[in-house]
Amino acid sequence: MSDHDYRPKSKVGQWFNDRLPLLTLANHLTDYPTPKNLNYWWTFGGILTFCLITQIVTGLTLAMHYIAHADMAFESVEHIMRDVNYGWLIRYIHANGASMFFLAVYIHIFRSLFYGSYKSPREIIWILGIIIYLLMMAAAFMGYVLPWGQMSFWGATVITNLFSAIPLVGEGIVTWLWGGYSVDNPTLTRFFTLHYLIPFLILGLVVLHIWALHVPGNNNPVGIDIKKPSKDTVPFHPYIVIKDGFALLMFMIVFAFFVFYAPNILGHADNYIEANPMVTPAHIVPEWYLLPFYAILRSVPDKLLGVVAMLSAILILAVLPWLDTSKIRSAVFRPLYKQFYWILVADVLILGYVGAMPAEGLYLLIARVATAYYFLHFLVILPVLGFKEKTLPVPLSITEPVLGGSPNLAAARNKESKIE
Amino acid sequence: MKNLYKFFSIIALIIASNSYSFAAEKVEYLKTDWSFKGLFGKFDRASLQRGYQVYTEVCASCHSMKYLSYRNLAEPGGPEFSEAQAKVIAASFEVTDGPNSDGEMFTRPGKLSDKFVMPYDNVKAAQAANGGAYPPDMSVLVKARGGGVDYIYSLLQGYEEAPSNVSLDDGVYYNKYMYGNKIRMAAPLSDGLVEYGDGTNATVEQMSKDVTTFLMWSAEPHLESRHQMGFKAIVYLIILTVLVYFSMKRIWSRVESEV
Repeated sequence: MSDHDYRPKSKVGQWFNDRLPLLTLANHLTDYPTPKNLNYWWTFGGILTFCLITQIVTGLTLAMHYIAHADMAFESVEHIMRDVNYGWLIRYIHANGASMFFLAVYIHIFRSLFYGSYKSPREIIWILGIIIYLLMMAAAFMGYVLPWGQMSFWGATVITNLFSAIPLVGEGIVTWLWGGYSVDNPTLTRFFTLHYLIPFLILGLVVLHIWALHVPGNNNPVGIDIKKPSKDTVPFHPYIVIKDGFALLMFMIVFAFFVFYAPNILGHADNYIEANPMVTPAHIVPEWYLLPFYAILRSVPDKLLGVVAMLSAILILAVLPWLDTSKIRSAVFRPLYKQFYWILVADVLILGYVGAMPAEGLYLLIARVATAYYFLHFLVILPVLGFKEKTLPVPLSITEPVLGGSPNLAAARNKESKIE
Repeated sequence: MKNLYKFFSIIALIIASNSYSFAAEKVEYLKTDWSFKGLFGKFDRASLQRGYQVYTEVCASCHSMKYLSYRNLAEPGGPEFSEAQAKVIAASFEVTDGPNSDGEMFTRPGKLSDKFVMPYDNVKAAQAANGGAYPPDMSVLVKARGGGVDYIYSLLQGYEEAPSNVSLDDGVYYNKYMYGNKIRMAAPLSDGLVEYGDGTNATVEQMSKDVTTFLMWSAEPHLESRHQMGFKAIVYLIILTVLVYFSMKRIWSRVESEV
């Protein structure tokens, strides 16, 4: 990296930097050589950082007014919505912020899948990302419990009950999680504590995620290793900063639309009914971003196997760098993988759709086929494809397909324009 | 860029088709034009005041509204009764307060700071008085029902003679918009049930619309400032986005790469 010989100009700066090299770090972050051909799918890393900070700041404010008690939680949320100055704004940003966070993280993950960003030498970045994603799901689930509405209560009941599928100790674990014999006040207070804790764990992991990223540097749409710094790179500031800023603003417009004009459209109406252990809602559904996994869970007739399938669906991603045997990173140069990639995208969207539907008849059948395909993609198609697929010739550098002089130029340019 | 648009339109389509298929299982709700919908949607002040009258004269005998205070009636963005009017409204209710210095509970006329007085002391009392069914609290009712305002508006007008193949127990009524069609609440409205101070004809349709508007406000008391702020925020973001776009183009013109 280029920052070894960095020295602050001022005496004071040097004095400080010799003792704590914060200025070296700042210099590294601004100078950080970034591939210049990154497209807008690469802006979601910055967008996700924004989402995390927004959730922490709004969450902190909400926690000042929220009361984590089974008898008062629902009322305190109404107090926030009515009497706290701009409480409605803060709560709607926080609630919709969770959805926006997941929207961004799904794009971020699928970008990585398309361009093979998870492959060597970026496996650790990828695995850290999967852990962050798991923690996000835990945080979102517990956050949804806090307003103590009907969906909060019954969602918590259904999800915690999954642990009872574990043989022998299952029931004991569930009682331990609940802090009693049903979801009740002890469950709510511990969920609140964990919901407050997890974002800071995520923040720590995000630092590691970025640190690990800064060792090999960014992948790029062409998916080749590039020399850094070189003609192929631009300094992070101002080039990437302004581009990320532009994309973030576009994202914020969508975000603002939901917050101001459709703040409840992504939630479930039943969560405006205070939790009632005596009344079960007609359909218990999780938030939209958990639906694909909910569909996988329900598509398996056996409870334990269903839980195993659901967990495997996420954990299988962690070993993805070793399941994908292809040497070529970017789908741009993998004609077959590219098609399977879009089938996988469709498959996950279908799973999400059937996850929202009652688990019966045709919906259940579709869920089963889609679940089977999901695992087929990772366990069979990807490993085999690496050996069988005829990949397209890959350019030697990023500037090459731009400036010309390569026999692969036409193919590379053609593919490039398609994904743009 | 094009791909991004495509992606978001697919997402939008999925969300739309999802909500569509949920709605498709139910009957079409009655439609009316709500003044509070849309980018600049505001409440119809007169309708809110009439809606409060319907609530307090009809609904409030069974349905509580425990998250509202009498002061809310005079706050901007709501029915906007004058403070004097709101005080009179509050004072017309008996509020239990105490204990006083003798350790006794006592009743006094309501004040602006008091919450809406509840029709029953507790849920059990409410159930006992209503054949076992609990009349739900109305504070956030429109947000707690899938169809929202259209559902409430339709339900109030959806009472019919039960079809011959449906048998109803005592104290159960047929409503074509109710989930399962059976409802424990008798038709609450009939033409001319309340007498509007502003001379509006109190048809069932009119009262339904007024009280539903009132319920929308009670569930979303800051809806107007949300819409106003939302418009400003989005216009601000769009202008900033355009400016940042041109700065970006300028900065990136230094390198031979497209943004």
